[in-house]
Amino acid sequence: MKQFWKSMLKSPSGVIGLVILVLAISVAVFGPMLFPNSPWRMVQRPFLPPFTLSTVPLGTDALGRDVFAGMIFGARVSLLVGLVSTLVALIVGMPIGAVAGYFGGRVDDALMRFTEFFQTIPSFALAIVLVAILQPSIYSIVTSIALVSWPPVARLVRGEVLSLRTREYVQAAVVTGQSHTWIILREILPNALSPVIVLASLMVATAILLESSLSFLGLGDPNLISWGYMVGAGRTVIRQAWWITVFPGVAILISVLGLNLIGEGLNDALNPRLSREGR
Amino acid sequence: MLSFVAQRVLKGVIVLLAIVVLNFFLIRLAPGDPAVVMAGEAGASDQVFVKQLREKFGLDKPLPEQLFIYVKGVVTLDLGFSFRQQAPVAKLIGERLPATLLLTLTAFAISLALGILFGTFAARFAGTFLDTAITVFALIFYAMPLFWVALMGILLFSVTMDWLPSFGYETVGANLTGLAHAVDVAKHLIMPAMTLGLFFMATYTRMTRASMLEVKRLDFVKTARAKGLSDAVIQRRHVLRNALLPVVTLAGVHSGTLIGGAVITETVFAWPGIGRLMYDALLQRDYNLLLGVFVICSAMVLIFNLITDLVYRLVDPRIEFAS
Repeated sequence: MKQFWKSMLKSPSGVIGLVILVLAISVAVFGPMLFPNSPWRMVQRPFLPPFTLSTVPLGTDALGRDVFAGMIFGARVSLLVGLVSTLVALIVGMPIGAVAGYFGGRVDDALMRFTEFFQTIPSFALAIVLVAILQPSIYSIVTSIALVSWPPVARLVRGEVLSLRTREYVQAAVVTGQSHTWIILREILPNALSPVIVLASLMVATAILLESSLSFLGLGDPNLISWGYMVGAGRTVIRQAWWITVFPGVAILISVLGLNLIGEGLNDALNPRLSREGR
Repeated sequence: MLSFVAQRVLKGVIVLLAIVVLNFFLIRLAPGDPAVVMAGEAGASDQVFVKQLREKFGLDKPLPEQLFIYVKGVVTLDLGFSFRQQAPVAKLIGERLPATLLLTLTAFAISLALGILFGTFAARFAGTFLDTAITVFALIFYAMPLFWVALMGILLFSVTMDWLPSFGYETVGANLTGLAHAVDVAKHLIMPAMTLGLFFMATYTRMTRASMLEVKRLDFVKTARAKGLSDAVIQRRHVLRNALLPVVTLAGVHSGTLIGGAVITETVFAWPGIGRLMYDALLQRDYNLLLGVFVICSAMVLIFNLITDLVYRLVDPRIEFAS
């Protein structure tokens, strides 16, 4: 573990990414306490330009709502959806991949065809259809993002399990009469985790992008403010008020960038073999 | 070669059928009784009419039979009827398809050409300032939400500089013909295609760079160098050709994302393609149309995957077809 942090802190992208993520999480957790302006309430005249009033630093939108407050509350939705939907995708994808890789043969064939099928369906289009049919809410958004993002997890885990299955310590466990479940959970999966962690960090980033795109199209949870929704709402008035669309977009960009950098840092730290040239 | 193609086509058809079945159940999941919804959309809701609709669309039959009727319909390109637009879904999609193909293929060509170019440069000058600059730009473009890039493009090139039109396929009411029309469409195409292309350009840049650095270290490159081949030839004939393989695979994997991106891009730029059609269907909760577009999008991805598979086989120096 110490070794891990050491190599993680050695990679510049990992450090920058960690700083961004810690910052984003603190904004999401503590921001609403320190800045209690409700993002839905009218606080000033509409279209107040940014940097004119210190109480409303980033100006107001078409309805006189505080853009800065929206960004702080939006951080909660983006990060929450990103993390939870990735978690659900892992919960779905890991067992499928592990079972396919461990048992091989027909089971593997069937599960992999199933996975490939899901991978072929255009993911964003499927997410749109699912959220539209299940009605927009935070649950339907998390469900559909998880449903379109688990296949890479299953494939990755399958590949890892496939190569670990023949190792001696696994064979030893088989000989001592351990159950399949025990072997998969205690012997194989812990050793297959590092590439999964790298993938998961990138998946959170993709999930945040997906959520913001859905909200932008008007498929966000109507009770929660999110960055994508703000950009979507500001789109029609972009000629008069650039700030309504620019700031939330920057917030998305920075968080996604941070997570991608963490992914690179993790990759360098966990798979030193694959780390890029010149490091 | 032929048997390989036949095998892949067959596989694609099976997947498409599975998607159609999935689609059928998704329609049933949509809120409300389809007949009542349809009646409401048609502006009438008396019991007789609802019953007639049920019979007409076979909604009174058992589920397996309904499924059969639906699949049969899709196979004969009957994707149902859009009551909101008062037209068959297949016709609506057919009208919009060319615009989407123009947009996605242009974006794809731009992203592939620029991505490979920048990736090659970055790998060639690995560790220098140029490499760092390209890598940082690629990282940033990779993290930008598409709809935001589109809006920033409009803000910069339409609102501030007034260089490019911000929406539509052509200048409305200009009635241009021939070359003037083509130039007009191209002007409208630049921003949507660049927007859609940038994200993929970033992906291909990163992939090409990583892959070229990987291939460079392999033994056959050393052999080529030992043979006394010039650096340019080694880069082009040996390194790039092999390094492009993962890029081709990636292009296939990303075809679904490309279509998804088209929905966003067409929505922002009011580009009259099927992505925009999907957004309209979404706003009006026109489920027949929505799911029709979904099936066509999936079919496009399958076709694109088939093409990338073939290209992969053609590019890969390790696979030779016995012909």
